[in-house]
Amino acid sequence: MRFDEPAFWRAGAISTIFVMLCVLVMLTVDSLSAIATGGSHVPPYTVVNKHIDYVYDAARGIDVPVIGAAQPLFGHMLDDRTAAAMMDKGKLVIQSRACLDCHTIYGNGAYYGPDLTKAWLDPSWEAWQSITGTSTREDAMVKFLMDPVQYRTWTRTMPNLNLSEEEARAVVAYLKWTAAVDTNGFPANFGHVHTDQ
Amino acid sequence: MYRSQKLAIKYMVAAISLFGVMTLAGLLSAYYYINPDFLFGILHFNIAKILHIDTLVIWLLMGFMGAIYWFLPDELGREPIGIWLAEILFYVFCAAVVVVAVVFVVVQYGGSDQAGLWLVNQGRKYVEAPRWAASGVVVVMVVFAFNVIATAISTRRATGIIAVLMIDLIPLVVLYLDAFPAITNMSHDLFWWWWLVHLWVEATWEVLIGCIMAFTLMQVLGTSRRIVETWLYIEVALVLGTGILGLGHHYFWIGTPDYWLGIGGFFSALEPLPLLGMIIHAIYDAGTHHMKTTNRPALYWMMAEAFGNFLGGGVWGFMITLPQINMYAHGTQWTVSHGHFAFWGAYGCGVIAVAYLMVQKARALPQVDGQLWKWSFAGLNLGLVAMVGALLVAGITQSMIERATGGSTLQAYIAGQESPWFSEAMILRFVFGLVFSAGYALLVYDLARLGRRRTVAQQTALAT
Repeated sequence: MRFDEPAFWRAGAISTIFVMLCVLVMLTVDSLSAIATGGSHVPPYTVVNKHIDYVYDAARGIDVPVIGAAQPLFGHMLDDRTAAAMMDKGKLVIQSRACLDCHTIYGNGAYYGPDLTKAWLDPSWEAWQSITGTSTREDAMVKFLMDPVQYRTWTRTMPNLNLSEEEARAVVAYLKWTAAVDTNGFPANFGHVHTDQ
Repeated sequence: MYRSQKLAIKYMVAAISLFGVMTLAGLLSAYYYINPDFLFGILHFNIAKILHIDTLVIWLLMGFMGAIYWFLPDELGREPIGIWLAEILFYVFCAAVVVVAVVFVVVQYGGSDQAGLWLVNQGRKYVEAPRWAASGVVVVMVVFAFNVIATAISTRRATGIIAVLMIDLIPLVVLYLDAFPAITNMSHDLFWWWWLVHLWVEATWEVLIGCIMAFTLMQVLGTSRRIVETWLYIEVALVLGTGILGLGHHYFWIGTPDYWLGIGGFFSALEPLPLLGMIIHAIYDAGTHHMKTTNRPALYWMMAEAFGNFLGGGVWGFMITLPQINMYAHGTQWTVSHGHFAFWGAYGCGVIAVAYLMVQKARALPQVDGQLWKWSFAGLNLGLVAMVGALLVAGITQSMIERATGGSTLQAYIAGQESPWFSEAMILRFVFGLVFSAGYALLVYDLARLGRRRTVAQQTALAT
């Protein structure tokens, strides 16, 4: 078989694809276990009952989420079932309102609004507590989500997507959970803030 | 003319029409960056963006289908099996696209339940179309794949290009099933979503356009089948050899293990190789034939496809694909710059080349040339390249100010967006979007009028 024969390259194409697909399947099996909730990189949904921080890990050379002591969300400790139901709702709200056609999570989506991966940890919420007249980060987030036109952030106003309080709470819970996912250091240098005020 | 080719013309007309809708929605999306209060409370950025990217996918898909329905009967020497079903489904497909677009504009959001995802909006980028419509796309693609595969089997004459096409259509259909899940775990959801977006658009589509360009090369330049098929196999080997694990560059930051940083970075860095091969292929063929052709617009759009694919997909993709850079460039307008250039170069130019070829054959034009296509070619490509340049400036600004310096907080994001480098780049993007739109208008006019005004000599020649 010669290099200028189509059959040579056909055989090369078939064998290359076969090898690459085998490697992809093996890596997929391993990755799916790592990203299952409660896996090595993705915490269980009940992580929303804990304090979450994002600090620099000198050994890995990146920022990593640190799960701390108990810090109930909206003042309640959630069991597995309730936490999962809240996450289901939060994800459905995010999809139904097409949030990722303005924002990103893990950098995926659209770029008209800020990335939400670590939105739970954003230092700005501290100021928003006084603006919204609330005493906790999660309550400030709920108030904002339910009426973003009243609490304008800047020139690009987030539209009112008619979220109920239940839906807004579910989104906040979801964002607290994404903040706890190990994203290999993305985003880098995120403003380190303690969320226990 | 075969019935399949009449259907192909309908698909191409629908594709070029949706290209216009995509352009308008893109202009609207770009304008929101300049005037955020525009249509506030009526139609927001996310709906314009959905219209822009979903029509992008559909116009290209329709263009590919039109191209295949055009070349298939010539290649196999017979009408495709089940063409009657494909003819019916074309109208169903078009009606569904119109209904979905109206629902997006009028209803916009569904409830946060499964019914909302089935009826109004799935809210997953590129596949926002509600599940009922996505189901329709599956049916259309299954019938399309059946038309090709059943016809090739019945003729017992699977050429190399047809064999590649047949194999490619299977993952094209199967991967689209990934448009339906709504997995709660975002890491899990995005893991499979990237199989759809990367392996569908950057692998199966690349092979599909490779087959289409192979057919086009044989018709426009008269390149021999042996050369075309050899290059097609090389490109398939390189595209899939680098692209399958190149998928890993989308897995850097979604919660997956860090071995993807090395694997994804390495293989995606090799992804420009097949695109470089396409450049060599195009230059070699054009040079061998001394750029002589009866269809200059088709030849130039094919060359634009080869160069655009290499620059937009290859060079622009390479810029941001290594994890050390991607950490700061990911999720910024830099990605948008790459996306625009790559989609245009890899697919848009190729579909336009086929459109010119179809016009020539359908209207029996001995020669396709003139001045208008050159203005259209210049407007579309200048507009696109300038938009890409403006987005690159905006993206680098965002990477520096928001990501690297500010740490991606809300305040850092705002600081990046309010930087003069960013805001002025977005104005330039809109201005050159207008240039692109003018190029589109000329393209439509040129395609519509080509050959309509024949000289007496041409009419006599045709009559005899």
